[in-house]
Amino acid sequence: MISRRRFLDAAVGAALLAGCEREKSRVVPGEITGASFRRGHRLWQGGRFPVAAETLRCDVAVVGGGIAGLAAARRLDRGGTRNIALLELEDEAGGNSAFSANAVSAYPWGAHYVTLPAEEAGEVIALYEELGLITGRDGAGRPIYDERALVMDPPERLWMLGRWQEGLSPKLGASDVELRELAAFQRETRRLRDARGADGRRAFAIPVDRSSRDPEWLALDKITMGEWLDARGWRSPRLRWFVDYACRDDFGATLDQVSAWGALHYYAARNGIAANAETDAVLTWPEGNGFLTRRLREGLEDRVHSACLAWRVEAKPGGGSVIVDAWDFRLERPVRWEARAAVVCTPLHVTRRVVPALRERRLAPPPDPAPWVVVNLTLDRRPAGQGFALAWDNVLYDSRSLGYVVATHQRLDRPGADAPTVLTWYQPLCDGPLGPERVRAMERTHADWCELALADLRRAHPDIDRSVQRADVRVWGHGMTRPAPGWTWGGSREQWAEPLGTIHFAHSDLSGISIFEEAYTRGVLAAEAVAAQMAAV
Amino acid sequence: MTDRSVRLLLLASVFVIATCGLIYELIAGTLASYLLGDSVTQFSTVIGAYLFAMGVGSWLSRFVERRLLSVFVQVEFYVGLVGGASAALLFGLFGQVGSFRVLLYALVFLVGAMVGLEIPLLLRILRDRLEFKDLVAKVFALDYVGALLASLLFPLVLVPKLGLVRSAFFFGMLNVLVGLATLRLLRDRITWARGHALVGGLILALLGTGFALSDRLVSWAEGATYSDVIYARSTPYQRIVLTRGQGDLRLYLNGNLQFSQRDEYRYHEALVHPGLAAAPRRARVLVMGGGDGLAVREILRWPDVEQVTLVDLDPAMTRLFSTHELLTALNGGALASPKVRVVNADAFLWLQGQPAAAWDFILADFPDPSNFALGKLYSTAFYREVRRALAPDGVLTVQCTSPYAARRAYWTTIHTLDATGFGTRPYHAYVPSFGEWGFVLASPAALPPPSAGLLPPGLRFLDAPTLADLFRFPRDMAEVPTEVNRLNNQALVRVFEEEWKEHAH
Repeated sequence: MISRRRFLDAAVGAALLAGCEREKSRVVPGEITGASFRRGHRLWQGGRFPVAAETLRCDVAVVGGGIAGLAAARRLDRGGTRNIALLELEDEAGGNSAFSANAVSAYPWGAHYVTLPAEEAGEVIALYEELGLITGRDGAGRPIYDERALVMDPPERLWMLGRWQEGLSPKLGASDVELRELAAFQRETRRLRDARGADGRRAFAIPVDRSSRDPEWLALDKITMGEWLDARGWRSPRLRWFVDYACRDDFGATLDQVSAWGALHYYAARNGIAANAETDAVLTWPEGNGFLTRRLREGLEDRVHSACLAWRVEAKPGGGSVIVDAWDFRLERPVRWEARAAVVCTPLHVTRRVVPALRERRLAPPPDPAPWVVVNLTLDRRPAGQGFALAWDNVLYDSRSLGYVVATHQRLDRPGADAPTVLTWYQPLCDGPLGPERVRAMERTHADWCELALADLRRAHPDIDRSVQRADVRVWGHGMTRPAPGWTWGGSREQWAEPLGTIHFAHSDLSGISIFEEAYTRGVLAAEAVAAQMAAV
Repeated sequence: MTDRSVRLLLLASVFVIATCGLIYELIAGTLASYLLGDSVTQFSTVIGAYLFAMGVGSWLSRFVERRLLSVFVQVEFYVGLVGGASAALLFGLFGQVGSFRVLLYALVFLVGAMVGLEIPLLLRILRDRLEFKDLVAKVFALDYVGALLASLLFPLVLVPKLGLVRSAFFFGMLNVLVGLATLRLLRDRITWARGHALVGGLILALLGTGFALSDRLVSWAEGATYSDVIYARSTPYQRIVLTRGQGDLRLYLNGNLQFSQRDEYRYHEALVHPGLAAAPRRARVLVMGGGDGLAVREILRWPDVEQVTLVDLDPAMTRLFSTHELLTALNGGALASPKVRVVNADAFLWLQGQPAAAWDFILADFPDPSNFALGKLYSTAFYREVRRALAPDGVLTVQCTSPYAARRAYWTTIHTLDATGFGTRPYHAYVPSFGEWGFVLASPAALPPPSAGLLPPGLRFLDAPTLADLFRFPRDMAEVPTEVNRLNNQALVRVFEEEWKEHAH
């Protein structure tokens, strides 16, 4: 028989252990937001939707309310075509530039900065002037940017060898050989930044389609970034990490999954000029590119039909108009639009299911975008850490995550030691075959994602568990496209973008890189093409 | 219990309580001169008050008719409690209470009165055990020997080895032990002996805890790096430390000297008067930073100033300098003036919400740009907001670190103002505790030199020739080319850190 004393000891011990366990895996409140995959997957779960009995009419149907869709709708609206219907699957238009806000700060769910546009991006420059982001020009004609939107100093820091260092180039503790490689890589990308082809165009421009077509540059599309580095004998782990980090950050892919052209474009296309900032400066806001989403949506609210899945876009038999069949998740009923023209602004893996006529083109499949997870951590104080001060973008060396951006970085006030903040932590799930990664991502619970993010951050912030108040999670099943070898200049990209009668296409997938400027420019150009087509009739 | 041992115990008690009594008096006197300065006055008034309170206590002893022993034991307990905790209380509450002197003299009086009760009570307790002449001779002899011991122990052992706070706790425990020993030996003659013992034990435990934690109390109160700290507090924004050594009151924020009482008039006269003497109008004045109220004191010398708005981030700062008598004496009660409105807000955010052209004179007296958060208050974006809030012909004065120790940082601020569309007149003054210090006058309109004829009377530093000299820069501080400080390059913070690092070495 167990003695009373022994029993008590055991009970106390168990209670203590339970207490420790609870402390270790404290449940962080929060939720997984974004309903898209359940809604979207009805597209290929064989579920045919019923067709609406009555037909609504509009001039232009815009399918998909990401940046391209918003840009197209806005351009049409400003051009006098006001009878538009924009159909968006999510509850809010914005696509990868989605955002939310809580009592502490607004924060992004995806894209969170834009670079300074160079002269090729005329549409984007005009937008920034219209939005007041460019406040004027100096004597030399260089744009003056709103200082509050330029990322404040310090922009970046990197956690390595147990402390934060300034900047992302992993120089802390590097050997001479490694430093030489990092410097040589930087020199090479600087050179490519200024390079122009025989056709007078920049080797690497934004928008991508305004780049030089010289074979010398296009050849870089055929090899991976890893092969490009190998060819130069650049093998130091630090440089590899640096480039791989950039590939994962910009494309959700490793340096062996993207073309050298695509990876180098990231470095070499940053050619913007400003009177009051360096050429590699970026613009950012607490809600990330959600700021641009918000501004693009202004005035379009009554024409955005959210929670609407357009599942079929086709020319009306007999011609003359486009039929868009959709399902309204809010009203739980089918909707049919008949429009004079349509702009399909969905990602290509959706577009090919929504536009049946595309199948006849027998196009090469687009690159498969990796799933992503984004965790917004609300903290009751700014994270402390060894070394350089908290920056806007905070990256951990040798982590599979991309680190975090700080939503309160652009605030003008002096934060007290007890000032709360929101950290937006990112990770592309691109380390294994993407299909299984995606399935795993859908099965993970809120607690799993919290632990993934916190385990990553604990290395730099051992006390982070104590300051986390809330963790909200969004899983992107198909995060963003990547410039897979052969995709950018192999020819099929242009075929995907070719209009089908009065059905036009606009999405950054068509550029092979997922950035605001590509989506916006494609949206504007498609809207202009539609307007011209309608005017010609 | 033999009568002899009782007699010995009681006589030993006289010795102990005499020592304790003088120690409390010395601690109060030392703390008062330490915290308030002017040691002759403090010692003299504390000793006077203490002796007077002892007299009151002696007189009160006549009202104790019965249960002498029980009262004596209780007096020992409570004098131990109050006297023992007195140093910790005075230190800890120095910054928290409006009138420190009221607290000080209340404590001195309470302890003095209780100590005054002790000897008469003991005399009466011992009355039947000794002949009167013996009694008086022995008690008073022991009383004075105890006093001698205390006066030698205090400067030679206690202050250097134990410190004031711990010494007080130690002697408090001795008082309580006297009470407990009396209880133990004479428990059959004391009613409620057990209850008393419990109270005594409790007080002893409290004092023991205080003694054990004194290190932490002291480091909390005295700070680790400053020798003569009289106030220290960490707020969400900064660590505020006041020190007082050799009669010089100093304020440190995050370890950086903000003013020294000896020469702060030089800094504040130079900060305030050139700008006001150059401004065409002075009715509406805005001060950003400067929660110590010393700049406001100077501003209020100008009769045509109608209203002053002081915006300081830290409510702890403005509260301290509005309520504490030592500090309101220094700033002349400036923050309580009916002309002055105190706003606790972040200057940048607050300024954005203000109407255009709302002020005739603006003073930016922020801490030096030693981190990225502070650097924003010296940026083009901030000065654009200032320009908007300033009358078109209004004047701005900015404190902008030392042009000698941080020459590039100084000129970076000047060039940042230039780049924001201000006309500037840089100037500097010598402040012994800071070194050569830099300021700048700025205005969106043409900026005339300040007219010395307008200077208010009663200044200790500025006069006409001195004012003119401020604007001359010798070669080692002369203008150098620099970047402009923007939110997106924080050029100033980077240069400032570099230069002060070099300067410190």
